[in-house]
Amino acid sequence: MNQEGADKSRRRFLTAATSVVGGAGAAFLAVPFISYWRPSARAQAAGAPVEVDITGLEPGELINVKWRGDPVWLFRRTDENLEDLEGIRDRLRDPDSDEPQQPEYARNTHRSIEPELMVMVGICTHLGCSPLFRPDQTPEGMDGEWPGGFFCPCHGSYFDLAGRVFRGVPADKNMEVPPYYFMDDDTVLVGEDEEGDA
Amino acid sequence: MSETRSGGLVGWIDDRFPLTKMWREHVSEYYAPKNFNFWYYFGSLALLTLVIQVVSGIFLTMNYIPSGDRAFESVEYIMRDVEWGWLIRYIHTTGASAFFVVVYLHMFRALMYGSYQKPRELLWIFGCLIFVLLMAEAFMGYMLPWGQMSYWGGQVIISLFGAIPVIGPDLALWIRGDYVISEATLNRFFALHVVAVPLVIIFLVVAHILALHEVGSNNPDGIDIKKNKDANGIPKDGIPFHPYYTVKDLIGVGVYFILFSVVVFYIPDFWGMFIEHPNFEEANPQVTPDHIAPVWYFAAYYAILRAIPDTFGGVLAMGLAVMILFVLPWLDRGKVRSIRYRGLSFKIALGIFAVGFMLLTYLGTQPATGLNTMLSRLGTVIYFGYFIFLFVYTAFGLERTKPVPERVTS
Repeated sequence: MNQEGADKSRRRFLTAATSVVGGAGAAFLAVPFISYWRPSARAQAAGAPVEVDITGLEPGELINVKWRGDPVWLFRRTDENLEDLEGIRDRLRDPDSDEPQQPEYARNTHRSIEPELMVMVGICTHLGCSPLFRPDQTPEGMDGEWPGGFFCPCHGSYFDLAGRVFRGVPADKNMEVPPYYFMDDDTVLVGEDEEGDA
Repeated sequence: MSETRSGGLVGWIDDRFPLTKMWREHVSEYYAPKNFNFWYYFGSLALLTLVIQVVSGIFLTMNYIPSGDRAFESVEYIMRDVEWGWLIRYIHTTGASAFFVVVYLHMFRALMYGSYQKPRELLWIFGCLIFVLLMAEAFMGYMLPWGQMSYWGGQVIISLFGAIPVIGPDLALWIRGDYVISEATLNRFFALHVVAVPLVIIFLVVAHILALHEVGSNNPDGIDIKKNKDANGIPKDGIPFHPYYTVKDLIGVGVYFILFSVVVFYIPDFWGMFIEHPNFEEANPQVTPDHIAPVWYFAAYYAILRAIPDTFGGVLAMGLAVMILFVLPWLDRGKVRSIRYRGLSFKIALGIFAVGFMLLTYLGTQPATGLNTMLSRLGTVIYFGYFIFLFVYTAFGLERTKPVPERVTS
């Protein structure tokens, strides 16, 4: 390039100005392309709350419903189960639910509104597999007494019947409790608080 | 290299496009060391495998349907009703595993003969980038049949991004395009698997080869053959790539095709290692298979992930295990390239590293029981230990090397 007689500061200014304008344009253009990957309006609509009828849900039974495509479990614990929840505190990583994995109204030992009825998202907090329900049968690799709970077959994490994670397993958080409330004695709405927050 | 211009069609083209010039520069007058051995087959075989995957992949897209309720069915359709569809698909699934066999051996060759050392750092980095993209390509391809393993494997891998502090959950949501893995995820993975990633891989392969031809090939002696040139400026220990290595590589291609065909025709699922059995069942978001294992080529990194009893720590270790390869040229401060002339400790360390990697690969496919977890931790220590050892060993002058000969040995 011929530099003779050129006004270099003018040239530098024009180069910089062109780069800035072009860069800003590219940044604006990136927005639609990046946002294109976010959940579409249809996917967001599918995340609406679900009504679950719990009539006839016996102690020890579990029902599996779909909310936002995730499995959500509702199960009724026996009195014996509830006693066991107290006795295993020192084997748990977060027995008092300090991590925000549940709404405030489920931050108690049984992690639920009614002590017997547990509602939780059936997804392991390690890497998103769905754990297996093992209310009685001791899962493989478990040393020590099994109080009943969940076992994730992917990477061997254990959770108790309140979804609280055991120590020394890959998962490091308790399982998530979704927002929910009782519409009446036999109906639970999963996905929304009583005040209507999602 | 006198400027002879041929007439005819080639001459006409040469006046408008550097056809003959490129042929000479990269093939007929590219001088490669004359002492290449068995380990030098895998570069050309990797290129061949790329071609196999591109061609078979194009044919598969003609009948595959990337939709949540039809993807699985369309793969079955290809397998059962499309003429020779089963062959095209088995070529593609076998090719995926073959790609990693060839690439792992190709990379091990570089570790043995110091092919990543100066001046081949950038060549090595291009190779590492290809490796990372190949993993992304294989992962997304594995999602497409929409079987149980596709779905839950995808769930696990995308959750890895979710484990990143602060931005993780939003990032995972952005990658999935939905609250769970769904058709939205499948569609974008299809686009990336079929168009975006292959384009970038092809570009990087060209860059890899250009970088190789710029600095020249290493060899089992790790000697720079450009130091010894004859009167015409041709390396005394060099032979033209064509016809010498094209013919040699053809032998490799023949053996490769025989082994490839044995798998395609007799053991296409390779006893559940190339196509895992749960993948014969359609994806079901409500039920996780009893045992989720990655395909064998990811298993070593997966075992490292599982060895760490903390989600983000595991993700970090897994990411580091791949990233550490990029800085290898700067970790190894050794004066000698080839294992033939390096210190005894190097040979032992590389041997342990290879065994450790195979151990991790095995463990990654097995359930995470107490003993397996302990062994995975051992394997993880070996994996990272190799790089730390190599740095300490070479940077502090602890290596006792043998004298390197002036000319290559036969």
